[in-house]
Amino acid sequence: MQKKITSSLLLILAVMMAYNTGWAAEEVVTDTGTTSWMLTSTALVLLMVPGLAMFYGGLVRTKNVIGTMMHSFGAMVVIGVLWPMLGYALSFGPSILGGLVGWEPKYFMLQGIDDAIMSTQIPEYVFAMFQGKFAIITPALIAGAFAERVNFKGYLAFIALWSIFVYSPICHWVWAADGFLFNLGAMGAIDFAGGTVVHISSGITGLVAALFLGARKGYPRNAMSPSNLVMTLTGAGLLWVGWFGFNAGSAIASNLATARALTVTQMAAASGAFTWMVVELLHHGKATSLGVASGILAGLVAITPAAGVVPPAGAFALGAIAAVICYVAILLKSKLGYDDSLDAFGVHGIGGIVGALFLTFFIRPSWMADAAAKVGGTWTVWQQFGVQATAVGVTIAYAAAVSLVLLFIVEKTIGLRIKENDEMSGLDHSMHGEQGYGLINPN
Amino acid sequence: MKLITAIIPPDRLDHVREALIQADITRITVSRVTGHGRQEDIEFYRGQKIAPNLIPKVRLDIAVNDQFVDITVDTIINAAKHGVGEIGDGKIFITSLEQCIRIRTNERGGPAI
Repeated sequence: MQKKITSSLLLILAVMMAYNTGWAAEEVVTDTGTTSWMLTSTALVLLMVPGLAMFYGGLVRTKNVIGTMMHSFGAMVVIGVLWPMLGYALSFGPSILGGLVGWEPKYFMLQGIDDAIMSTQIPEYVFAMFQGKFAIITPALIAGAFAERVNFKGYLAFIALWSIFVYSPICHWVWAADGFLFNLGAMGAIDFAGGTVVHISSGITGLVAALFLGARKGYPRNAMSPSNLVMTLTGAGLLWVGWFGFNAGSAIASNLATARALTVTQMAAASGAFTWMVVELLHHGKATSLGVASGILAGLVAITPAAGVVPPAGAFALGAIAAVICYVAILLKSKLGYDDSLDAFGVHGIGGIVGALFLTFFIRPSWMADAAAKVGGTWTVWQQFGVQATAVGVTIAYAAAVSLVLLFIVEKTIGLRIKENDEMSGLDHSMHGEQGYGLINPN
Repeated sequence: MKLITAIIPPDRLDHVREALIQADITRITVSRVTGHGRQEDIEFYRGQKIAPNLIPKVRLDIAVNDQFVDITVDTIINAAKHGVGEIGDGKIFITSLEQCIRIRTNERGGPAI
């Protein structure tokens, strides 16, 4: 008996030691420099959400400013809860259902990563939180397309469902190591920081939602002028600052790749704003502040998928092309008559598509050489363009189809389109029982 | 000529403005004001219901020729009322207007309105 216990204890000890040595052999140590930058980036990406709230909030009428800012903060709250519960497991767990999504039970409430250090030498917690910020801002972007006319409860339900059924699958395909778009072609579809995952998915969903819900009452007959462009500009500035975390953090490193991403992000934003300003000056004779803000965003959106692969000259070109195409898209919107209130599709959808496709023509030669070496032959620009177009097409088709189903379900159960009376009273009063502005002139 | 001054709830501004446009009364001045009547407004502040001392309202100033007084007043009453009517739906004051001058042309009286 005694012998048995002793031997079993020894066995347990031996197993534990074996486990320990096995673990020690593949142990990766934390790199403090990389971890510090990734922590900073995580905070910078979160800063974009209040930035977006200010950007959108300033663009709506005085009676809807709180309602609109609450769309961004609502995403911060709802996805902030949902991401550690389900989102991370669905996005970055191993593929299930034939690669439709990922799933890893250990990631529920992030339990399984308490001690995990990733091969990029950062704690997995930092990666999970960094990715969580992307999951937060993406549904918040959609809100710009149906601003001033949705029920707050319906909105919360919609973004929760959307995050699970649209964001997580696309995120898994593009960014998880076993995602099918990640492994498409020679070196995968290029989406450095979220051209497809964040901007195309949200922009297309915005367009579908704007068409599904219909225009605001009075659109386009009545002028719906911005309540506070000062706030919009401040928000655009915060977005620009936060975007350094968004793009330069997406290298998951603190090295040359980070520096490249940061440089091209700065250049594309400036080039987008510059181009928009010049176009407006030529077209109307006046450069508007909203034009500059839109140009900044168009440039930033376009460089998002490309920040890892294009040199500065390409960034300059992408920013300029995106600004011109987005400008035309917004003019076309007025002609076509659909009510994408704050141009979520016009800037994020179109800008994202422009960036994801056109980046192909500006990829630095060393990347193309690596790709060719990997397939063991040649890899042409047009082959990569095919890969990019596939990723864009898949994202558009999937996001549009699933979003339409979700919109239909939420509209029929909780209700998404606000009642006419509530819409005329304004979201601040009807949805939140508050008012955003004190004694400023009504709109 | 009369000057119609209406004090209405801010959340009915769009309803009233739209109804006035339908009734062909398009020349109006709108300002945001605060004041006190019989109403106790209820807003939420950190989970508590609170009643602010001064309640925000919207003030419309509409100068009209005499034959338009009734339609203007009726339109405002119908559009500003919450349901069958609540305390806080506002008031309308009508005062005689001595003179009206269009600055651009120096026209006087009824045609200038």
